[in-house]
Amino acid sequence: MSTDVKTILFKPIVAENPITLQILGICSALAVTTSLRVTIVMCVALTVVVAFSNLFISMVRSYMPSSIRIIIQMAIIASLVIAVDQFLQAFAYEISKQLSVFVGLIITNCIVMGRAEAFAMKNPPLPSFMDGIGNGLGYSCVLLIVATMRELFGSGSLFGIEILPLVSNGGWYQGNGLMLLAPSAFFLIGFLIWIVRSRRAEQVEKSEFRLAAHTTQEAAH
Amino acid sequence: MEHYLSLLVRAIFVENMALQMFLGMCTFLAVSKKVETAIGLGIAVIVVQMITVPLNNLLFTYLLKDGALAWIGLPDLDLSFLGFICYIGVIAAVVQVLEMFLDKYMPSLYNALGVFLPLIAVNCAIMGASLFMVERSYVFTESVVYGAGAGIGWALAITALAGIREKLKYSDVPEGLRGLGITFITTGLMSLGFMSFSGLSL
Repeated sequence: MSTDVKTILFKPIVAENPITLQILGICSALAVTTSLRVTIVMCVALTVVVAFSNLFISMVRSYMPSSIRIIIQMAIIASLVIAVDQFLQAFAYEISKQLSVFVGLIITNCIVMGRAEAFAMKNPPLPSFMDGIGNGLGYSCVLLIVATMRELFGSGSLFGIEILPLVSNGGWYQGNGLMLLAPSAFFLIGFLIWIVRSRRAEQVEKSEFRLAAHTTQEAAH
Repeated sequence: MEHYLSLLVRAIFVENMALQMFLGMCTFLAVSKKVETAIGLGIAVIVVQMITVPLNNLLFTYLLKDGALAWIGLPDLDLSFLGFICYIGVIAAVVQVLEMFLDKYMPSLYNALGVFLPLIAVNCAIMGASLFMVERSYVFTESVVYGAGAGIGWALAITALAGIREKLKYSDVPEGLRGLGITFITTGLMSLGFMSFSGLSL
């Protein structure tokens, strides 16, 4: 049992990462990663929602008629997100302002729905809860890497503390403005996927077309 | 009139849902392999946006906003915390009703869009547009224009990406980058292109 829980918990971190392999929950991964502090809040919020939605959905899974399961899942997820949002507004108002609509968008974050459908509907509550935490951690891993790169190279700081002194503050580092803009997040995640997949060949997608060898030319010579 | 035109242009180009706001990314990356399906999905998104954003606007103004319930004698009630669950309910219901309506009255359109409609209920671009509409406190007419603009912008982006990916499949991409990786980088380059609209205003 304990090894089971361990694999469920750690598999989504690299081997089945929700972002790099399952293409789930990318929207918020890109949008909230300009500063580490905001990113961490987002990661915690998402992990909490995935874990508890998995738990609750798994608890009621055998009482749900399958024709209305989506709407029940939605209602559970939305209620959890409302709780998280109210909590953030009460205790971390500044950060909740910066996250703006993205806390609300956890509802439509495909990780939550995806894990509910794929895992929580078929498994008992405890493994589902662990699966939720595991996927939350996998998501957080990617987000934290991207956010570290963006904040460090974009504004020369981490958590708002200066690491690379900027030229504008009398230092030597010229901030890379691109890192703070939208496209850099796409590039960073693209390269991250490249790194992960070159380490783990089984994740590489098959190519749809292959270049044929130059048979005709060789024959002509 | 000019105000609305400017809002429309902003929603389509400057604040493009997919490329500048990163919304609806999951579907954006997953369903952009073929131009035809991309166009179908794009149209479905436009239709759903144009219905849900104004509907949610009405819901917010007359039921949820602080003091909105004054008309039934409850001026101190603030239900705005119920926003999320109401919007997602409206979106899911609209998608369902639209599906049934199209099935009954426009079977040809239903066949074209059918498979994509359920996907849209969990598309964050739809939910995002409703949340932005509330955050920026648009009035009803503005919300109609904004919904249309957001939908058109998203449709434009996914069609363009599908066009690029159709050509890209013949290219010899490094192994680990194949598929998802190169799609991310392509989207990044497109997003860079869309940034050139950023100073645009009418």
